[in-house]
Amino acid sequence: MSGEHKPAKAYALHLAVLALLFALNFLLPAYHHGLLARIMVLAVFAMGYNLLFGYAGLLSLGHAMFFAAGMYGAGLSVLHFGFAVPLAFLAGIACGALLALVVGLLALRTSGVAFMIVTMMFAQVFALSLIYFAGFTGGDQGLVIPQPARLFGVGSATIDLTDPAVRYMAALALFAVALLVTLHLVRSRHGRVLVAIRENEERTRMLGYDTFANKLAVTVVSGAISAAAGAAFALLFGYVGANFAGVQYSILPLLWVLLGGAATTLGPLLGTLVIYVITDTASSFTSAWLLIVGIVLILLVLFFPKGVLGTLRARWLGWLP
Amino acid sequence: MTVQHNLEPLLVTRGLSRRFGGLRAVDGVDFTLMPGEIRAVIGPNGAGKTTFVGMVCGRIARSDGAVLFDGQDISDLPAHRRARLGIAYTFQITSIYPNLSVYDNVALPVQRTAREPRAIRAAVMAALEKVGLDGRAAMPAGQLAYGHQRLLEVAMGLALKPRLLILDEPTQGLSDAEIEDFIVLVRDIARTATVLLIEHNMPLVMQLADRITVFEAGRILAEGTPEQIRANAAVQAAYLGTEAGAEP
Repeated sequence: MSGEHKPAKAYALHLAVLALLFALNFLLPAYHHGLLARIMVLAVFAMGYNLLFGYAGLLSLGHAMFFAAGMYGAGLSVLHFGFAVPLAFLAGIACGALLALVVGLLALRTSGVAFMIVTMMFAQVFALSLIYFAGFTGGDQGLVIPQPARLFGVGSATIDLTDPAVRYMAALALFAVALLVTLHLVRSRHGRVLVAIRENEERTRMLGYDTFANKLAVTVVSGAISAAAGAAFALLFGYVGANFAGVQYSILPLLWVLLGGAATTLGPLLGTLVIYVITDTASSFTSAWLLIVGIVLILLVLFFPKGVLGTLRARWLGWLP
Repeated sequence: MTVQHNLEPLLVTRGLSRRFGGLRAVDGVDFTLMPGEIRAVIGPNGAGKTTFVGMVCGRIARSDGAVLFDGQDISDLPAHRRARLGIAYTFQITSIYPNLSVYDNVALPVQRTAREPRAIRAAVMAALEKVGLDGRAAMPAGQLAYGHQRLLEVAMGLALKPRLLILDEPTQGLSDAEIEDFIVLVRDIARTATVLLIEHNMPLVMQLADRITVFEAGRILAEGTPEQIRANAAVQAAYLGTEAGAEP
């Protein structure tokens, strides 16, 4: 894609964004500091979604199940099995990846609208199961992960994820890893095949690519990244809840990615940030904040159908990955 | 290709059939193609030509029969595996990546086998030069003129380094001048690959093909050199006759 001609510029931009986020740790007031930590974690969710939707062109309406699989995989292994934080985090990612593999094997037999419906149905089954097995999952009340369970030792030091600065840095670290993994992936040979599948699957198959295997691989990676966000959310903010498995959390990453720019590496962060800030600002002076979000989305579809960064790339910044 | 190789057929189909409901689109076709040949497949619309080559390259599942490529039974291989064996297909309806650059369109087939950036670049430019699109490498493929898009598809097929290149009505919509260039191109391709060509343009077929296979109603009606086909009474009645009658 266009990005490969100026890779140095692309990497410099991404490192600058990470440096800015690092600097904001020391500059932001407490409220916004906490908000941005939350946004970075959710942006990781959006990046996972963007890999599947933006690059491979597969519109899933069930990604909340992968986020929730990570969240519950991490949270329940802490609460029920006494896992330490790092191990619980890995358990969450493994749950999401495994779920994505199973769902992918079945759902990828369909495409288009059928794929949307099948993924949505799987997510509904997942969400309802969480409520049904309330004795284990806490049902619709959810479960709180107490502060002592969110401490862990590295060597002689103790890391306390309830401390705001530590939490911010942990969120930033996760975000940085996800961003660089995404950037590397989309610029790789595999990433170009994904775009080819999105643009013309039949042609790609006739060029000798196993399109099903490629789609399954990206579904698992997308599920794993989404689960990493869910696991981090549980461990950093100390709560797992069935509402995170609901339809709303399948739609939100789609909106974040569409606003920021599908198939752009930085779009998910921008989209998550803007929608979060709009929601936060609007809800402080009106109860009809969803109306304002709706108006923003209509304007977006009318004037920026490729999202903010997608439009910038199409008009001026062709090198943007 | 070695001389010994040339004695073995590159492609064989045995009793190859495809039914769509009650319609026998392709009905028990036995077909043999020798390496190095330029073979044209002609026949009226709906004769089953595209379905037949679709079963050869794996786009369309067969109902019955077998496909052998270079002596290997490939009947149950998925399309992408057949492409890896060296069967390249260019679509009847132009199928490119309109939003990607011309260069990236050809880089996709190249990067399947080549890893080194310099080798990829060289192979892409070689394929583009062959069809005369090297000057347009940076353009979005969707902005190419229609004739150039067809040539881009041929370049994508060439970039696979195919042993068998299947061209499904490649000159549809091309101007006369473009068709002249196309004849030169196909002759050039045929030096390294076997060409299976579905075509309606009879003067082109007569000029280009070593042998011609005539399809009608899902079966092979006749097969032979251009002279033999021209002289064949059954072919004239089924196909050529109507065309000759229509043109003064």
